[in-house]
Parts: sequence; structure tokens; C-alpha cells
Amino acid sequence: MAEVRLTGVSKSFGKTVAIRDVDLAVADGEFVVLLGPTGAGKTTTLRTVAGLERPETGTVHIGGKDVTRSAPAERDVAFVFQQYSLYPHLTVFENMAFPLRSPARRVPEDRITERVGQVAEMLRIDHKLANKATRLSGGEMQRVAIGRALVRDPSIFLMDEPLSSLDAKLRAGLRVELKRIQYELGATILYVTHDQIEAMTLATRVGVLNQGRLVQIGTPKQIYEDPDDIYVAGRLGSPRINLVPAGVIAVPAPPGTATVGLRTEHVEIGRDGTPATIDRIEHLGDQSRAHMTVAGTPFTVLVDAHTDLAPGDSVGLSPRAPLFFDAAGTRIRA
Amino acid sequence: MSAEAHSVVAPSTGWRRFAAVVVIAYALAMLVPLGWIFITGFKSPNDAIAYPPKVFFEPSLEGYVNVFTTRTRQSQEYMDSLPPPETWYDELVRSRNMVIAGPSRFGQRFMNSLIVGFGATFLTVFLGTLAAYAFSRFKVPLKDDLLFFILSTRMMPPIAVAIPIFLMYRTLGLNDTHLGLILLYTAVNLSLAVWLLKGFMDEIPREYEEAALIDGYTRLQAFRKVVLPQAMTGIAATAIFCLIFSWNEYAFALLLTSGQAQTAPPFIPTIIGEGGLDWPAVAAGATLFMIPVLVFTVLLRKHLLRGITFGAVRK
Repeated sequence: MAEVRLTGVSKSFGKTVAIRDVDLAVADGEFVVLLGPTGAGKTTTLRTVAGLERPETGTVHIGGKDVTRSAPAERDVAFVFQQYSLYPHLTVFENMAFPLRSPARRVPEDRITERVGQVAEMLRIDHKLANKATRLSGGEMQRVAIGRALVRDPSIFLMDEPLSSLDAKLRAGLRVELKRIQYELGATILYVTHDQIEAMTLATRVGVLNQGRLVQIGTPKQIYEDPDDIYVAGRLGSPRINLVPAGVIAVPAPPGTATVGLRTEHVEIGRDGTPATIDRIEHLGDQSRAHMTVAGTPFTVLVDAHTDLAPGDSVGLSPRAPLFFDAAGTRIRA
Repeated sequence: MSAEAHSVVAPSTGWRRFAAVVVIAYALAMLVPLGWIFITGFKSPNDAIAYPPKVFFEPSLEGYVNVFTTRTRQSQEYMDSLPPPETWYDELVRSRNMVIAGPSRFGQRFMNSLIVGFGATFLTVFLGTLAAYAFSRFKVPLKDDLLFFILSTRMMPPIAVAIPIFLMYRTLGLNDTHLGLILLYTAVNLSLAVWLLKGFMDEIPREYEEAALIDGYTRLQAFRKVVLPQAMTGIAATAIFCLIFSWNEYAFALLLTSGQAQTAPPFIPTIIGEGGLDWPAVAAGATLFMIPVLVFTVLLRKHLLRGITFGAVRK
């Protein structure tokens, strides 16, 4: 395991800028999750670390060594792809042994058998080793893909949305396993996702990417509670944070505030405060959501599961912990 | 009414019967000439040219004996002076008042066909696979123009350039050589091979190679270990198309070869018997000639269906 550092890395494809001036350091043993929508540059960042893309500017250091111009094989990284991750003409065992059998590595065959066995056991796929890789369920395939990375002891694991092609239940299960593996191995992982639950639960630190820029990086708590700008604030939280123009909700705002952000759990419904009328109530079982319109803007508030609020009710909204943003979307810290 | 009767996708019984009749009629139209060649090989020369044609006849191996031997007619005294025939084919030939003078050139021509056919197929598939991989994966300058140029070599019938090629080959000393025919068939087939194989290569996701690169393999090792096994279907289908063309090619083989490197197609029709073509021998030669392609196709058949319907089904 080793530290990985990107400095001022930019990459474009034709006229499209994929990533722009990204600085990112992943410390030894850290689990960094890059979060962002499609096209934000997450995958490009990962591929640049892997050596599958060569950056136009900037440098990539792995374990203190400049690898910007090195071939993927020389970088000692392991990559878990989103899909197509298994070689379809090989068995599960052969797939997992593939990196160890590379001519550059020359691992003795008995050592390979031993190592693949260990990893397969850890991932609970040891009974499938003789199967063709294509004769597996989605969850098993993805575990084999992760296993193929784990048989090695690379400087860093790069994972490109490894769970996104799975159904919700499998995803939750593998997420827990992944965290356990990382904890047990003390592995350094750079992980890409657009799923905020994965980001929040797995990461030591979360980096939010938007249009090729690394907008903010910090612990999941920092990113959620103390976002640097309006994009990061909107990126995390479900239902989404309420963003209303300044003055609509009665809160003391610092000068220059253009938008006020209110998390759905940070608004209390009572008699006093900004008046609103409830449009709709969604019952989700463990919680309910009250949808309303405040000064023409849709507004959502998290309420008790057994709320007796009903559409048409007139209520008052009292916010707490509001976030203020200026016209450019930058956070104004009080 | 049954549910089936309402189905909008399942064809009605009438349509199915009609389709079956069309398919069977088509299959018969294709198979009857082959069947006729096959049975003609087992006829006697007289039965072969009998009119009206004989469907029932006494089978004979004369055609097969004749295709492999040269024979001379002898006087009755000479025949009587010979010791009794040692083999069944000696006996068969002597019943026609002839003796076997030696082997024919059919075996040699057949071997030439094998060398040229499989040689050209191997070379075409080898070059085609590398070219298709490069076109599929790398940034090649003027890629589209190059691909069009490659295809355009097939837009004219090859025989249109027969005379220039004949003159070139004569100058270069490639006339009547295996290498000459192999190169020619490779040149003709290569455009088809590149285009077919590029389609197959395009369908193999790049992630596999990228994974192999990260797993510690070089580009060439990744190509061999990951791309080639997955391209086998396409390679097999392409190989069959190439072999069928080079195996059956007649015009250039006739023009460019005579003594040494002549392949079977121009040779078979020249099998002359007494008083015209020896039809049973020609038919026997043609039947034997079909076997290698048949075997090759059967061996690769599991790849073939997927290969021929390539592009028809989007996954």
C-alpha cells in the first residue's frame, strides 16, 4: 500500500474537458470516494491514476514515485471495473489467477492456488472457482472482480462504480463486505460512485467532483454539514436540500446572501414562522415527507412517520442550521 | 378459439407449411446437383452418359480408380500373357482391356490445393486479425479512408486484372508457384477478412484489455490472452469464407499454374478418358475435392452460425 497524489492534473477528450486542474492526495490506508454525476470526471480521474489515460498537464505520484508517464503494468495498481470485468473465456479461478500469472510477475503456481483460495474464501466464492465466469450471478461476478484485485497486493485499489450494476439488496450486502475487507487489509482505496449512500458509508474522505473540478474534499460529515458551495450542498442529502431565494424564509441572513439552503430535517413545522400550505404528504414507513410550495419554490420537510398533517393544512416553518450562499453559489460562513 | 390462433407473432399453420415447402424445394434444388455428382462417381462411363439418365445402376468404383491412375489399352494377346491380377483395381482396369500404367497427378494436385487453400487462409486470417485489431483499437490516421480503400479492392472482379497479374507474375517468377497463388488469394480475401474481423473486434469491450494491462500484461500479451480467445468466433467464420474462396478458385489457378503448382479445380475437368471426358472420374474427383472444406466447416460449425448471423442481433 502506498500514498497516491495527483497534482494539477487536467485531461480533455477533443474539445470536452474531462478533468481540470485536479489536486488529490490519498493517504496510505485511506478510503477516498469520488462522488459526482455522470460526466463529472470521476472515471477519468481513476483511469489517470491507473495509467489508462495520460494527463495533458500535472503529475501522478504513487508511493512518492512519479508515474505520470508509466505504463499501467508498471504502476502496481488494481482496478475494479463497473462491468465487463471478468474475462468470459476463463473460469473463476483463472480469472482471479490472471494478474498473478502475468509474465511480469511470475508467481509460482502453488502460491497462486493458495492466494486465490484465500481470497475466494474471504469473498465467499470458493465453491464457484471451477465455474465459467459467465455462469455466475451479478453479485458473484462483481465479487470475483473484486477478488481479482485482492489477490495482488497493489499500492492502491481503484474501483469504478463496482456496485452500480447490482440490485439494491446485493449492493447493500457487498458494501458492507467491502468496508470489512478494507478494514481487515488496511487497503488504500480510491473509489468512484454517484451513489451518496456508498460515499457516506464507505469513505474516510469524500471528494465531490463537478464538471471536471474537485469542488470539495473532506470527511463525509464535513461534506454533509459544512459544504463549501451550493453544488456540494445539493449533491448530498435525500430528499434534496431545499434551496430558496434569500428573504423567502424568515432567517437572519448575512449580507450578500442570494440563496438559503435548508436540509429537510432542519425545518420544524409549527404554528409560527414562514407560512406555507401543504400540497402532499408521502408516507415512507419510517418517515414521512411533507411537500409544499413556499413563494413559488417547491419545499420538502421531513416529518414524523405518524404525522397527522394533511394536504391543505396551513403551517408555519421554523428553520435551524441554515446554509447561506452568495450569487455565485459560494458558501457564506457566518 | 385457442390462444395460439390469436397470436400476432406465431405464423399460422398454413404459412408454416408453405414455408416448409419452399425451404425443402430450395434445399433440393441445391442438393440435387451435388447428389448427382456423388452418384455419377459410382457409375460406369456408359451409365454416366446414358440417355435418359439412369437413377438406378450397378455401382462401380471405376471412376475412383481412374481418377487416381493412368491406364493404357493393350492388345488381347498381351492381356492374356499377364499373370492373374493382384488387386481388385487391377482386375477392374483389365476388364476394360487396359493396364494401370502409373498414378495420375490427382494426388499431387489435391496436395497443391491443400497447400494453397490453407496457406492462403492462414495468411489472410493472420494479417486480417492484426489489421482489424489495429483499426478497431488505435487511432490510425485516415482510418475511414484506409478502410474504404481496403474494401474498394473488392469492388472490381479480380479476373479483370488477370492479364496485368499474369505479366507481373511472369516477371517476378511467381508463375506456377504455391507462393504466387497464396499471395494472390490472400490479396483478394484480405479486404473481406479485415472488415469482418473488425466488426468482431469492435464487439469485444476494451475493458478486458485495459484490465489485462493493469493486471501486468503488455499490449501484445493482452491481445493474445484476452482478445484472441474472444475473437475466435469471428476468426473461425472468416477462415471458412476465405478457405471456400481459395479452395474453389478456378480462373486464376487455370491462368497462373500449369505444371508444378496447379490446384485441383483446373485439373479435374481435364481428366480425359477414351472418347471424351471420363465423367465418372471427374465426378469422383469433384466428390473427393469437397471433403476438406466439408470437414473444416464441420469442425468450426459451432462458431459458424454466430459468425454468419453476425450483426443481425443486437445485444
